[in-house]
Amino acid sequence: MSDMMDDMDEGGEGVVKKFMFVNRKAPHGTIYALEGLEVVLISAAFDQDVSMVFVDDGVYELIKGVNTKGIEVKDFSKTYRALEGYDIEKLYVEKASMDARGLTEDDLIVDVTVLDSAEMANLMAEQDVVISY
Amino acid sequence: MLHIVNKSATERNSLESALRMATKGSAVLLIEDAVYAATQGSVAAAKIQSAMADVQIYALGPDLDARGMSARVLDGVKVVDYGGFVDLVTEHNSCQSWL
Repeated sequence: MSDMMDDMDEGGEGVVKKFMFVNRKAPHGTIYALEGLEVVLISAAFDQDVSMVFVDDGVYELIKGVNTKGIEVKDFSKTYRALEGYDIEKLYVEKASMDARGLTEDDLIVDVTVLDSAEMANLMAEQDVVISY
Repeated sequence: MLHIVNKSATERNSLESALRMATKGSAVLLIEDAVYAATQGSVAAAKIQSAMADVQIYALGPDLDARGMSARVLDGVKVVDYGGFVDLVTEHNSCQSWL
């Protein structure tokens, strides 16, 4: 963290680090999915190299065909489509998590890159900062 | 007895516990993140299907809709609305919420 502060103190162009946001929770049942998405949108303002990954129940965040009228909460699934406008285009899902839930890419509201677990592990290992929800 | 489960079966073990404790003829109502278990292709689907031999499984419709899962509900699972939820509570002499 102190490294990060030093980078900020330097001002000017700044240092671009690799940030990964890991989403592991289903939407609505807890606030994690929505809060995690808000943080990613904020991070876009800092011009960092941002990846968003969806594993375990996190893949449920990207399901299309959502209707939240009945439970009277915000439908934030469409916000994932807006990420592109914030230059957040690196979206990854883990294949094993999709398979365990009977899901395919066609079920998702955005274009993603599907990685196997080893590829996901390597991507995670090469990050400077990993933030998990 | 009506057993009510609200946690995802792929994150917590509450569904498994509820099904283990559900006696023949009792009912299990899935709400909130528990509804994913009643969808086709989920690893939890097999547990629901084998439980249906002895207990009736219900899932709350508004929670399925909010999760984009309405079209994927397993055969044999009855979808209820909030009114149906209330009916289930009144029809059974006791409820257990597996929080």
